[in-house]
Amino acid sequence: MRYLPLTDADRREMLSVIGAKSVDELFRDVPTSAVLGAKIGGLPDHQGELEVERAFQAYAAKNLSPATTPFFIGAGAYRHHVPSTVDYMIQRGEFLTSYTPYQPEITQGTLQYLFEFQTQITLLTGMEVANASMYDGSTGTAEAVLMANRVTRRHKALISGGLHPQYRSIIETTAKWEGFGAVIGKPDVDGLEDLIAAVDKDTSCVVVQNPSFFGHVRDFAKLAAACHAAGALLIVVVTEVVSLGLIKPPGEMGADIVVCEGQSIGNGLGFGGPYVGLFATREKYMRQMPGRLVGETVDADGKRGFVLTLSTREQHIRREKATSNICTNAGLCALAFTVHLTLLGEAGFKRLAEINHAKASELADRVAAIPGVKLLNDSFFNEFTVRLPKPAAPVVEALAAKRILGGLPVSRLIPNDPSVENLLLLAATETATEHGMGPLVAALKEVL
Amino acid sequence: MADVKYSEEHEWIRVEGDTGTIGITQYAQEQLGDVVFVDVPAASRKVAKGEAVAVVESVKAASDIYAPVSGEVIESNAALADTPGDVNAEPMGKGWFFKIKMSDKGELAGLMDEAAYAAFVKGLG
Repeated sequence: MRYLPLTDADRREMLSVIGAKSVDELFRDVPTSAVLGAKIGGLPDHQGELEVERAFQAYAAKNLSPATTPFFIGAGAYRHHVPSTVDYMIQRGEFLTSYTPYQPEITQGTLQYLFEFQTQITLLTGMEVANASMYDGSTGTAEAVLMANRVTRRHKALISGGLHPQYRSIIETTAKWEGFGAVIGKPDVDGLEDLIAAVDKDTSCVVVQNPSFFGHVRDFAKLAAACHAAGALLIVVVTEVVSLGLIKPPGEMGADIVVCEGQSIGNGLGFGGPYVGLFATREKYMRQMPGRLVGETVDADGKRGFVLTLSTREQHIRREKATSNICTNAGLCALAFTVHLTLLGEAGFKRLAEINHAKASELADRVAAIPGVKLLNDSFFNEFTVRLPKPAAPVVEALAAKRILGGLPVSRLIPNDPSVENLLLLAATETATEHGMGPLVAALKEVL
Repeated sequence: MADVKYSEEHEWIRVEGDTGTIGITQYAQEQLGDVVFVDVPAASRKVAKGEAVAVVESVKAASDIYAPVSGEVIESNAALADTPGDVNAEPMGKGWFFKIKMSDKGELAGLMDEAAYAAFVKGLG
């Protein structure tokens, strides 16, 4: 396939066939109010590369970077150390530019790493089968609800108030246009929410998060049993995948679908993306799973090899009956995940999780010791919620003015709810040091 | 002798009292090629005539199977999970898909008998 732009002659020929005078004429139905004028005002003239670089460096200098400031924000995106080996590996041309591996005879490298990625996901989540990744954890969660609706032929999802608010809103958007019901729980600030009584014969699935948005760690085994007794599926969402190094995997709790945000391993923060969604389920639901799936097989000579498999679920074979319209995975981010996790190994991954928890425990102790501050968690992994004696948003602003990124005010993601106005989410990973924690605690004391 | 009817979607239904046993025809299995997976509906599921109720996957394609009549599924062929090749070997025997308790036998009138179906297939070239 060649990607060449059209020539003026090509355009004239096509326009003459359909009887239009100009390309603009094709857009005459666009209301005039939405059409940009001939000249866009307020922009500087074109500049040389050096000037552009200077201008953007000046813009960038207005940011507070996690790498250079005390940083304690989590809420679904976590700062971790990614070894430089990861970047080196994923920038190899064979990986960086490769496209969807339709042809196994020329894509064994890509297929093999995706197969290994899938294997790692099943081990982490305690599930039986994982796909070759989704765009990210949040869209993966909406896909999981759609999958549960297909499996159960029901159309009502129960959404925990412990689910990340942005994940919840993606489910709501999907529900609106796909036409299913989503019953949303109140913000589960204390981690005491019990959804068992709400599960009924119309429930397709219950969506919970572990650790929850507010940091609480739960065992959902009883909820899983209640779901199964009612013929519903339990979807467990994990936004901080490092937690699986310490916490019981959702598969062992009886989850039917597990969705994780994989950003923490191998992938940087990067203004919100690109991230990588991890998606795993039970073998019996495999054919209803969205996304690409790589399988192991043997070639004509009996040698081990890898292929895309069960493609009849996908849109290039099944068109409108496909289990999902996602047929691209987050391949390069999945590779970064796999390389990083492979470098850590099982023992290293557990150790990383232990360090995260130890750092967060230290931070929690120190912050909770500040007069007026109350820790709301009985359990947490590397993130927890504190109630401040005053609204959290201006406190975070005041900390930012001191060049400290001191957590996320819950009101930023759950606005107009007085019950969460004073709540602050704080996260500490292996990257936290005394150089960050000391100034944060001191500044908090000053600001409160 | 049981009465067998055929649909334009290449399904057959064998009628015994209120019960209909449903599968795909010889022509359909030839068109599909080697069947590798069959997804059959669960018992007690209520289906409407024309509703997609099962899926048959072959090495060539994945196709929906539509209910030729309305009713309630009373049994499905669990053996197909392990031996989907039965659909190729005996499409009108061991390769049946599911049994249905018909809610309106009048719907059978809209289906073809064997001779009409043979002519229909011939017309497809």
